[in-house]
Amino acid sequence: MTAMFYIAAVVAVLSTLMVVTRTNLVHALLYLVISLFAVAVVFYTLGAPFVAALEVIVYAGAIMMLFLFAVMLLNVSADSPTRVSRIAWLGPTILVAILLAEVVYGITRHSQALAGAEVGPQAVSEALYGPYVLGVELASMLLLAALIGARHVAARAGDEQEAAESMERARAKAAGRAALPGPGLAAGPDPTAAPDVVPEDEDA
Amino acid sequence: MASVSLDNALVLAAILFAIGFAGLLTRRNLIVVLACIEIMLNAGGLAFVAAGARWGQADGQVMFLFVLAMAAAEVAVGLAIAIRFRQSLKSLDIDDADEMKG
Repeated sequence: MTAMFYIAAVVAVLSTLMVVTRTNLVHALLYLVISLFAVAVVFYTLGAPFVAALEVIVYAGAIMMLFLFAVMLLNVSADSPTRVSRIAWLGPTILVAILLAEVVYGITRHSQALAGAEVGPQAVSEALYGPYVLGVELASMLLLAALIGARHVAARAGDEQEAAESMERARAKAAGRAALPGPGLAAGPDPTAAPDVVPEDEDA
Repeated sequence: MASVSLDNALVLAAILFAIGFAGLLTRRNLIVVLACIEIMLNAGGLAFVAAGARWGQADGQVMFLFVLAMAAAEVAVGLAIAIRFRQSLKSLDIDDADEMKG
């Protein structure tokens, strides 16, 4: 188990370094997938198999696929991925390395052994739906807000108007149908609602 | 299997966080910046899981689940912003977003 931890840790560090240094965007994201797999193995060796599975499914599966879809949608392999000059990375890297050395020194001064017990999915679920149930509710509200926010931000300005117009049309059509059950008289003031085979606005 | 000590896992989390932070400071591509934020969040989650494993409790894993939900929300909004960025500025270079420079 210890050997697995160290091998996975080395793989994680190397592939994360590749993420930061590659200029090709798709290559960087694929290295990030490898890094997440390696961290999943680290979770397994730490006795957290449920979180290891979630790391693969949610992080490497869902979130990285979202990244890759965005890259394909933006067609970013066409433009220059980076414009950073040759030595501009040196200053921040040195400062971060100093901070990292301090943190590592602080961590390694007192060595502590792990408990060694595997905490399985049942224990995690009991904690999740016991004392942490309020956090689950908050996380669901956060995800809902992110869903609406992402849709609102990504929609183009014209789309909002079109969606409002098509909703208005649909409402007028429904109101006309409710008021006048006769099929021929349901047109009302909206000229597009006259035939039954109105092409629906797919974007609404 | 308890031979992995807590400080090994925490040092790994610190190294991953530092790499992500250095990438955040040096890279100029918006997608890579978002990926670096993901690396840093993942390192934070690793520290949570390691601390939970230190005491044999499930709380660390629960906190990792919350970090996971937050990362998913953050990346959805971030990539939507990237799409808008690309549409309005015709590039993904974060240095191009300097219209508010005084």
